[in-house]
Amino acid sequence: MPFGNTHNNFKLNYSVDDEFPDLTKHNNHMAKVLTKEMYGKLRDKQTSTGFTLDDAIQTGVDNPGHPFIMTVGCVAGDEESYEVFKDLFDPVISDRHGGYKATDKHKTDLNFENLKGGDDLDPNYVLSSRVRTGRSIKGYALPPHNSRGERRAVEKLSVEALNSLDGEFKGKYYPLKSMTDAEQEQLIADHFLFDKPVSPLLLAAGMARDWPDARGIWHNENKTFLVWVNEEDHLRVISMQPGGNMKEVFRRFCVGLQRIEEIFKKHNHGFMWNEHLGFILTCPSNLGTGLRGGVHVKLPKLSTHAKFDEILTRLRLQKRGTGGVDTASVGGVFDISNADRIGSSEVDQVQCVVDGVKLMIEMEKKLEKGESIDSMIPAQK
Amino acid sequence: MASMFTRVLSGRNTAVIMASLGAGSLVSSYIMTESGVSAGEKKKLYPPSADYPDLRKHNNCMASVLTPAIYGQLRDKLTPNNWSLDQCIQTGVDNPGHPFIKTVGMVAGDEESYEVFADIFNPVIKDRHNGYDPTTMKHPTDLDSSKITSGMFDENYVLSSRVRTGRSIRGLSLPPACTRAERREVERVVVQGLSGLKGDLAGKYYSLTEMTEQEQQQLIDEHFLFDKPVSPLLIASGMARDWPDARGIWHNNEKTFLIWINEEDHTRVISMEKGGNMKRVFERFCRGLKEVEKLIQERGWEFMWNERLGYILTCPSNLGTGLRAGVHVRLPLLSKDSRFNKILDNLRLQKRGTGGVDTAAVGDTFDISNLDRLGKSEVELVQCVVDGVNYLIDCEKKLEKGQDITIPPPVSQFKK
Repeated sequence: MPFGNTHNNFKLNYSVDDEFPDLTKHNNHMAKVLTKEMYGKLRDKQTSTGFTLDDAIQTGVDNPGHPFIMTVGCVAGDEESYEVFKDLFDPVISDRHGGYKATDKHKTDLNFENLKGGDDLDPNYVLSSRVRTGRSIKGYALPPHNSRGERRAVEKLSVEALNSLDGEFKGKYYPLKSMTDAEQEQLIADHFLFDKPVSPLLLAAGMARDWPDARGIWHNENKTFLVWVNEEDHLRVISMQPGGNMKEVFRRFCVGLQRIEEIFKKHNHGFMWNEHLGFILTCPSNLGTGLRGGVHVKLPKLSTHAKFDEILTRLRLQKRGTGGVDTASVGGVFDISNADRIGSSEVDQVQCVVDGVKLMIEMEKKLEKGESIDSMIPAQK
Repeated sequence: MASMFTRVLSGRNTAVIMASLGAGSLVSSYIMTESGVSAGEKKKLYPPSADYPDLRKHNNCMASVLTPAIYGQLRDKLTPNNWSLDQCIQTGVDNPGHPFIKTVGMVAGDEESYEVFADIFNPVIKDRHNGYDPTTMKHPTDLDSSKITSGMFDENYVLSSRVRTGRSIRGLSLPPACTRAERREVERVVVQGLSGLKGDLAGKYYSLTEMTEQEQQQLIDEHFLFDKPVSPLLIASGMARDWPDARGIWHNNEKTFLIWINEEDHTRVISMEKGGNMKRVFERFCRGLKEVEKLIQERGWEFMWNERLGYILTCPSNLGTGLRAGVHVRLPLLSKDSRFNKILDNLRLQKRGTGGVDTAAVGDTFDISNLDRLGKSEVELVQCVVDGVNYLIDCEKKLEKGQDITIPPPVSQFKK
C-alpha cells in the first residue's frame, strides 16, 4: 500500500533493466540474492492484498547495509508474501538461518514442562530473565502494508483478547495516543514503553506510518507479562522477571501465549503459522519461533577470556550489551540469548540458554578461583 | 453479542456471522485467502470511516481541510498511475506539524493528482496561497526579464542574489510516486536537454552515484551538493526512496546556473551570483529555463503546466511560479527595529537565516525573499523582491543617518 511502486501495470512499460535497483554497493541478504532474472520473474506478481516485490525490497534498496553487519533487506507485507515471493525469500531465509532449506520443517513446542531445569540459575550472577517473541494475526496485512482500518482492527481484537485474561495475567492496555503523562512516566520507569522507530531500516519498510494510531502496550498487574501492539509486528509478547528463574518465565510465556491464541482462534483469526516457517513475522529474521530467550548475567572474568566468543558460538548463544541489540556491555554484565530462531523449537532454544548460562556461570566461578576452564569448553552443539 | 466483528465484517459475510451468533462464538465459513481479504474486498470490509486518519492533534493544511466526507468520496479513487489519496496525505498524517508552523501536509504523486483529488487539493491551495481559488482564478506566467526595473542593489548591503524554481517533466510520475525507471527517465531527459546548452550556460552533470571523492568535495565547498533528505516531512512522502539512484547536480562552467535532479522535485533550477545584480540573475534564470524547455521539446517532452495552477510541482506550496527570489543582505540596524517584521509583512517578503529555511540569521545578514508563489507571475514576484529589498536598504540608510523610517502600505495580493 504505502509506496508508489505498487502500480504494477504502469511500471511494466519499463524494461527489467530500467527498473532493476542498483545494488552494487549493497551488503544485505536481499542484495546478495536478487538477480535481474529473479526480479524479472517476480516484479509483475502481487499477493492478494496487493503487496509487490518492490514493496518487499524497498527497505533493502534504501539501506545498503554495513560492511560488518549483514541486515536482511526485505520484509513481508502479509502471510502470502513468503509464498508468492518464495524465489527471493527462500534463499534469504537459508542465508540468514544457517542453511535452512525450502523443504525443511520447523518444530513448534510451547510445552513448558519439556524444559529441564532452568529454575536454579545462580541469582548472584543472573540479574534477570526474559523471553520474547512475536505473533501475527491471520487475516490482516502486516505492519509494512496494512491500512489504518486493518491496524485498528488488530488493536481492537488484541485488546479484547488480552482484557479477557485473568489470574496472573489480569492486566491493562495503554494506547500510545491517549496515555496520560503519569502513565507514560511509569511505563518509561518500568522500561516498558516503546517509541516510534527511528531506525531507517524500519522506517523505509513503512511500518511507522500513521504513528501512533492503534499502537499501545498491555501488561499484567505483576508487570511480568507484556504485549506490544502494532510496533514492528502485530504483537510482541514478553515474559520477564528479576533473578534467574527462567523456568518460571518460560512457563508464564507459554501459558500466556496459548491463552491468547485460544481467544484469537475463537474469532477465526488465529496466529499466522505453517509447518515450514513456523510463526510468520514481518522480518524473515524472526521466522520459526521468533523467540529470543535471555538473561542479564555477570561474567566479568569469562567475558574477557580469549575463548569467550567461541564458547558462545558452540553453545548456540549470542551476546549483547544490556541495552539490547547493538549496545555495549556495562560492568561485565551481558545479555546472553539464543542465536537460533528457526529449525529448533521454543523448548530447544530456551534449553540452550538455560544449559549454556549454567555452564558459563560454573566457568566464571572456576576463573574466580584462578583455575583453568579448558576442560570445560563444550563441543559444538 | 455484537462484537467488533459484526461491525467490521459487513456485506455478504454478515449473514454467515449472524447465523452463528447464537452459539456464543464466531464460526465463520466465508472464504478468506491465506493473507486475508483481497484488495477489492477490503473496500467493503473497511469502509472509509475505518481508515479515516486521526487528525485531532494535527496542525497542517491537509488536516484542517480533510473531512470524513471528503475522505469518503476520494479514498477509493486512483490517478491513471494508480496513485491514491492515502498516499498523498501520508506525510501529513505522519507529521502532525507544529503549533506555530503550518506545514502543507500532502503531496502530489503525478500531474493528475491535482485533478482527481481536487476536492482536497483546492482548499489546501486556498489555505496555503492566501485565498487563491483554482476553480475561478488563472495564474499568470511571465518570464520576460526585460521588464524588471531597478534590479541592481547597493552591494554595500546585498552580498548575493539568487532565484530558484522547480520544473516537472510531463508524463512521468513525481518523486513521491515514481518507479526507479521513471526516475532514471527524468534524469536522462533532463541531462540530455542540458547537454545542449551553450555559451555562458554550457556545463556538466555530476551524478550522485558516480561522482568522485574530489568532485564531491568541490561541490560541497561550493555549497552546491544536496544530500539525502533528513526531514521527516520529505521522507514520509516517499521521495527519498532508492537514494541516490538517478539523482545528480548539473551546473554551468561559470557556476551561476545550477540544476538539481530528482531531489524533492524532478528538477530544481537555480540562478545565482555574488553581489546585487538581481536583474542579471533573473535574466539568466529566464533564458536558461526557456533554453532547457526548448531542448526537451525537441525530443517530444514538455514541462507540467496548466493555466489554473501554473507550473506543477510535488508540494502544493510550490505551485504557480515555484519561485523564490532572494538576497543575502546586511541590515544591522533595521533588523533590530521593532517594525522590521511588519515592514517585511507589508512588502510580502519573508526572512530566513543564511542557511535557508528554518535557520537562524548569522550576524546581521538575512536571507530575504518573496512570500508568494501562486497568483502572481515570475516578473511580478521578482519586481516585488527588488522593490522590497530596495526599500529595506533605504530604511537601513535612513537609520544610519538617524532619520526615521515608515512602514510601507501593504502590497496587494493577486489580481482577481
